[in-house]
Amino acid sequence: MAETKTATKKGPATRDDMSGDPLNGVAPETALRLMRNMLLFRRFEEKAEEGYAIGKIGGFCHLHIGQEAVAAGSIGVLRADDYVISAYREHTQALAKGISPKAIMAELYGRADGCSGGRGGSMHLFDASKGFMGGNGIVGGQIPTATGFAFAIKYKKGDQVSLCFLGDAAINQGAFHESLNLAAVWKLPVIYAVENNGYGMGTAFRRVSAREVKDRGDGYGIPCHRVNGQDVIETYTFFSKLVETVRAGGGPQYVDVRTYRFKGHSMSDPVSGTYRSKEEVDKRVEQDDPIRMLRERLFEAGVMDQEALEAMDNEVRAEVNEAAEFADASPVPDPANLYQHAYATINEHGRLFVDGREDAPRARDEES
Amino acid sequence: MAEITYREALNQALREEMVRDDAVFLMGEEVAEYDGAYKVSRGLLKEFGNRRIVDSPISELGFAGLGVGAAMVGLRPVIEFMTFNFSYLALDQVINTAAKWLYMSNGQINVPIVFRGPNGSALQLSAQHSQSCETYYVHAPGVKVVTPATPADAKGLLKAAIRDNDPVAVMEGELLYNMKGEVPDDDDFIVPIGKADVKREGEDVSIITHGKSVHVALQAATKLEKEGVQVEVVDLRSIRPLDMQTVLASVRKTNRAVYLEEGWAFAGVGAQIASMIQEEAFDDLDAPVLRISQADVPMPYAKNLENFARPTVDRVVKACNRVLYRNGNGR
Repeated sequence: MAETKTATKKGPATRDDMSGDPLNGVAPETALRLMRNMLLFRRFEEKAEEGYAIGKIGGFCHLHIGQEAVAAGSIGVLRADDYVISAYREHTQALAKGISPKAIMAELYGRADGCSGGRGGSMHLFDASKGFMGGNGIVGGQIPTATGFAFAIKYKKGDQVSLCFLGDAAINQGAFHESLNLAAVWKLPVIYAVENNGYGMGTAFRRVSAREVKDRGDGYGIPCHRVNGQDVIETYTFFSKLVETVRAGGGPQYVDVRTYRFKGHSMSDPVSGTYRSKEEVDKRVEQDDPIRMLRERLFEAGVMDQEALEAMDNEVRAEVNEAAEFADASPVPDPANLYQHAYATINEHGRLFVDGREDAPRARDEES
Repeated sequence: MAEITYREALNQALREEMVRDDAVFLMGEEVAEYDGAYKVSRGLLKEFGNRRIVDSPISELGFAGLGVGAAMVGLRPVIEFMTFNFSYLALDQVINTAAKWLYMSNGQINVPIVFRGPNGSALQLSAQHSQSCETYYVHAPGVKVVTPATPADAKGLLKAAIRDNDPVAVMEGELLYNMKGEVPDDDDFIVPIGKADVKREGEDVSIITHGKSVHVALQAATKLEKEGVQVEVVDLRSIRPLDMQTVLASVRKTNRAVYLEEGWAFAGVGAQIASMIQEEAFDDLDAPVLRISQADVPMPYAKNLENFARPTVDRVVKACNRVLYRNGNGR
């Protein structure tokens, strides 16, 4: 259940304290949309795992399986012009902000039609037109950036919200502390959502941290909240209110979003073994699967039955298969464009590229 | 034209660009109420208010990164580092974010930001406050670096940097802030980024340099002139982009080159330029390209040691004599 660590604010209601409604007042069509999104995220990640196994995807690849409710329930309440930025485990967040499965899969495949033109890969997904401002591969690196979006929103007197995802391990970085202080001093419209899956790679948070995740915004006077990120209805209800609070000038917010990663840290990390036991993982998968939790709510509310769920799943699987086919058919990026977009402006004078390669662009005044 | 200081020239540039474009704001330590640690922003808080002249806490990583984020969504931040030495705390945001977002996003998100402040040594500030930081910045594609040596260049290059659509580091010199010079008062006076400037013409040897070492080179040239040697001083002004045309034209004229820089030699700017000269003008050279730099040690505090570690006029004169195969005592 959601908790808010301030005297006046109370977390949104959950099924436990509201009578009867398994959807907690969330509209049935919204709940169905959340289910569809989470299914899409799950099937997309499974397809990515498969693509990695057969060598279509290279480099690092971090899956969100088990954490689908976080993106669905938080980004699901945002407007198109709100900003989202994240770390390197961000496929589902990019999907949630509206980047198509085709464009993301093509990016994972390193193809020209990828959402980053094949220059970013799994860790660096972008669509500025949809307000998805990237995945940062440096732990905590996106936190000052998100704070800058919020600074710009306030500077331009806008009413958008900047939503920053970070892992629990990122809150031990200096960038986190500097950013929270800046956001608090200037009352910026930013939400720091800690996807707290308990592990920074293979190191349990509690082994390397003196204080719990949930209190860490406290030192800066930022309201701290906690939400069960496996329960998409709770997450959605919670973020709906929180985003409106920020939009109305409520200043920065900090959320400990409790979640659990069902897969390894990356493709080279087994699901369990060295740093977490098989028993632990099995138990969490059994108890905390966000899709199963929503399914139970939907069935209980009579909004969906098994048949409808299977139909939805088939639809989503088809969409994901289509994305993989699209990615596979997409051309590789043209090497002739290697130097493009290193700079926005190629100055009239002087060489920007000094690698001595013949195909490196020269200054305009050196051409001819 | 008016004769003003380097500091006033920077102040004019900031003021004019802020009047011209509401998206421009200045953020850094002591920039507002204190009027700037080196008084570059004097009077700007009064004129523009605290929305646009913003005092930050001592959080280089935080406020530089905030600027980077703001630049991605339509603002044109000018981030002042009290000195570039402190910017090492912020390098992650410069190198891993500002320099990479446009490329990794396939051209979707550019980062029009200026990082500025004093760079290099001053007087007895010892090891942590005397570093020339330009090599860290020029090393990464995605960043541009300019190093104005005169008041006019300071104004023109800072204005160009603010108008540029990429991250630009404007590296000033603490010992230059009081230097006076003629500066155009035209609101649209720009020194184009990437254009070197021949600060003194000569036939016999080229000293190529950047930043405040330009003045060391000019003093060496004056000294050598008394011995009948005509030195050409090429001021890069901009290290990235790099105006090799002007460098090569000078080397082709004099057939001898010395690179002078304030910072360390290892993988320094001079190393890059010397390499490019031998690649592109080997047949024009009558002597190896020599490099004069700071001694390869952290800068010491004691006055005599500091002077000994610096690339001084005498060392530059000696290097010129070596590439001229002169003994330096009137032959």
